Amino acid sequence: MSVDRTFAVVRRVVRQLRRDHRTLAMLFLIPPLLLWLTSEVYAATPLVFDRVGPLLLGLFPFTLMFLVTSISVLRERTQGTLDRLMASPIGRGDLLVGYALALTLVALAQAAVALAVGLWLLDLPSAGSLGLTFAVVAIQALLGIALGLFLSAFARNEFQAVQFLPAVVVPQVFLAGLLVPVERLPRVLEGAAQVLPLTYAFEVLDLVMVQGRGLGDDRVALDFAVLALAVTLFLAAGALTLRRTEG
Amino acid sequence: MVVAAHPVSAPVGRPGPPLGVGEPAVVVRDLVVERGAVRILHGVGLDVPRGAVFGLVGPSGCGKSTLIRTLVGRQKATSGTVRVLGQPAGSLALRPALGYMPQDAAVYDDLSGRENLSFFAAVYRAPASRVAEMLDLADLTAVADRPVRTYSGGQRQRIALAAALLPAPQLLLLDEPTVGLDPRLRRRLWAQFHAWAAAGTTLLVTTHVMDEAAHADCLALMAQGQVVAVGTPDELLVRSGADDLEDALLRLTAEIPRGSPSSPGAPDDTAPTARQSVE
Repeated sequence: MSVDRTFAVVRRVVRQLRRDHRTLAMLFLIPPLLLWLTSEVYAATPLVFDRVGPLLLGLFPFTLMFLVTSISVLRERTQGTLDRLMASPIGRGDLLVGYALALTLVALAQAAVALAVGLWLLDLPSAGSLGLTFAVVAIQALLGIALGLFLSAFARNEFQAVQFLPAVVVPQVFLAGLLVPVERLPRVLEGAAQVLPLTYAFEVLDLVMVQGRGLGDDRVALDFAVLALAVTLFLAAGALTLRRTEG
Repeated sequence: MVVAAHPVSAPVGRPGPPLGVGEPAVVVRDLVVERGAVRILHGVGLDVPRGAVFGLVGPSGCGKSTLIRTLVGRQKATSGTVRVLGQPAGSLALRPALGYMPQDAAVYDDLSGRENLSFFAAVYRAPASRVAEMLDLADLTAVADRPVRTYSGGQRQRIALAAALLPAPQLLLLDEPTVGLDPRLRRRLWAQFHAWAAAGTTLLVTTHVMDEAAHADCLALMAQGQVVAVGTPDELLVRSGADDLEDALLRLTAEIPRGSPSSPGAPDDTAPTARQSVE
C-alpha cells in the first residue's frame, strides 16, 4: 500500500464522478425523493412510515453505492485501463482503497442530503444523536461500496452487474426486516437473516433513530461491530478477487 | 512523437537502473497458455534482443495479445518460462520498467488527455513535468484539456501511446498501436519507434498488417498460437521464397502440421468477450 498512489486513485475517481453531472444529480436527488414518496404513500398510516422511513434512509445509500461501485470497477475492466494498472507498479490495495475512499466521500455527501431531508422536511423519528445517526447511514453506504467492490469481480458486463441488485441486494432487503420484522420470519429465514449484514444495519437504524439508544448500548455496539467486520471482510474479499494475473 | 515532424530522440526521462543486463529483453521458452479449456499459446519460444524494434505479426486471433499480456504479467502462464528484462513476468521490480499499451487504447474517456497522463504519472511516480513533455511529444497540447471522448481516432491512439511512454520504460510493449491511423501517421510512428530504439529502448510491437511489419528490425511470425518464424523482414522473404511478407506468412504458416492441437475455433484474442468468458 502506498498513500500517494491511493490518493491518485481517489482524485481520479472523484474527478470522473464530478464530471458526470447526471449521475451526481441522481445520486443526490433519488434518495430524498423516494423518502418523500414513501411518506406520501404512508400518509394515512404515519406510524408505519416512522418504522419504515429510517430503514429506507439506510437502504438507499446501500443500494445506490453498490450500483455505482460495481459499474465503476466494471468499467475499469472493460475499457482496458485495469490491464494498464495491473501491469504498473500500483498495488491492488491502492486501487481498492482508493476506490472505497473516493466513493465514501460521495456516499457521505449523499447521506447528509438524505438525512437532512428526512429529519427536517419529512419528520422522520430522530430520537438518537445526529452524529450517531449519520454514522449509521454512512456505514450502510460503506457496506454497499465494499459489497460492490467484491461482487464486481464476478460481473463480466453491465447486464450482469445490474442483475446483482435483484440477486444479492433485494433478498437481503426482504429478510432484513423491511417487510416483516425479523423475529416474525419463519425459523429458517430468520436464521438466514442473522447472517446477512443488512439485518444488523436495519436493526441499528431502528435502535438509534426510533429508540434513541446510544453507542453505550450493547446491541448498538454489537451491530456496529458486525457491520464494520462485514465491510472489512468484503474489502478483503475484493482484494482477493481483483487478480493481477488472470488464469 | 508520432506527429512531431522529426523523430524525437527517446522516451527517456529518468530511466531506472537497467534490469537484467546481458540477457535479451525478453526470453520465452515453451510457453503454453490455456484459458479455460482453450489452449491459446502452444509452446511459444522467443528472444527479443535489446534496443530493437521487434514486430510480432500474425492474423487476428493467433495469440499476439495473449503473449503480450503474459509478458506484462496479466495473463498466467500455464507452463514454460517467461523472463522479461531478466525478471520473472509480472514481478514487482519489473513493473516500473515496462510501458504497456493494451489494445483499444485503454484510457479514461471521461477525463482530459492531461488528466489521464497526470494519473498515470502519479501511478509511476514520474515527475509532473513529464506530463507536459508527453503531451507535447504526442502533439496533443492543443487538445490537452478536452475530454478524450472528443478525440479523433488518431489523437486517442496517441494519448494511449503517451501514457505507455510516460514512465520512460526500458521495454515498451505496444499492442496494435497503429490500428486506425492513416498511412502518413503510421509511417511517422514507425520512424519514432526506431528513434527510441536507437536511444536504447526495446520495443515489442504487434500488428496484423504485413505491410507495416516490414518496418520492424526483426519479426516473429505467429500463427495458431505458435511462433512459426523469426528473422529480419528480408530473411523471411528469402527463406519463404515469397515476394511480400503477406505471402511469406501464408507460406511459412502452411508448414504447421495439421494435427497440431490448435483449435480452429479458438477465440479471437482481440475480443474482450474471449478475455472475459474464462476464469
